[in-house]
Amino acid sequence: MIRVEFLGPIGKAPIFMEASTLKDVSIKLKEDKSLIEWLENSAVALNDSMVDNLDIELKDGDRVSILPPVCGG
Amino acid sequence: MELSQGELDVKEIFGRWLDEEATSNYGAYIPFIGTIRAEDNIEALSFDIYEPILKEWFNQWQERAKERGAVVKMAHAIGDVPIHSSSYVSAVFSPKRRVALELIDEFVEDFKANAPIWKYDVIDGERIYAKDRSTAMNGAGLLK
Repeated sequence: MIRVEFLGPIGKAPIFMEASTLKDVSIKLKEDKSLIEWLENSAVALNDSMVDNLDIELKDGDRVSILPPVCGG
Repeated sequence: MELSQGELDVKEIFGRWLDEEATSNYGAYIPFIGTIRAEDNIEALSFDIYEPILKEWFNQWQERAKERGAVVKMAHAIGDVPIHSSSYVSAVFSPKRRVALELIDEFVEDFKANAPIWKYDVIDGERIYAKDRSTAMNGAGLLK
């Protein structure tokens, strides 16, 4: 089981799911139509490190964060 | 890196940073102050920050600065910050001016593009995500 967190303005509570790669996470998140637009322009972190590869293998207890467009300052 | 609730005390921060590096033998100290402008009827801006990734982002910048003999510092506000006050300050110290001038440009621009901070306009007490002014981070769209 992994945990998916939605940061900043997405405003959605964390969800838990079974997934062996980020590809699985993508498929499951896209079942929620309200997330599709966010996924288009959100970056992804695994256990607080930014990632850029869908094939990364996940293990039990991993934490995936969805980071929508930013604007500091 | 310093995060605090509400508007920043700019004079205190820059004075303290100056004291911290007073005998470090840096020839240049370039401060940057981000001030909230009155526009579009906003009464304040408001910020969410994801601290673990912001720390990692900032640590990478400290390493890059160190390779050039320089130091970067920053402070950012969390929550509501009223117009005409400051939500973000940063600074570069370096032995000579050229490195500091270049670094403050690169550091502030990358901050705008990749620091995990979300901005909201506050209008009539309501918080509205500043979607049009926000930038997708490097690697965005991975799960689309």
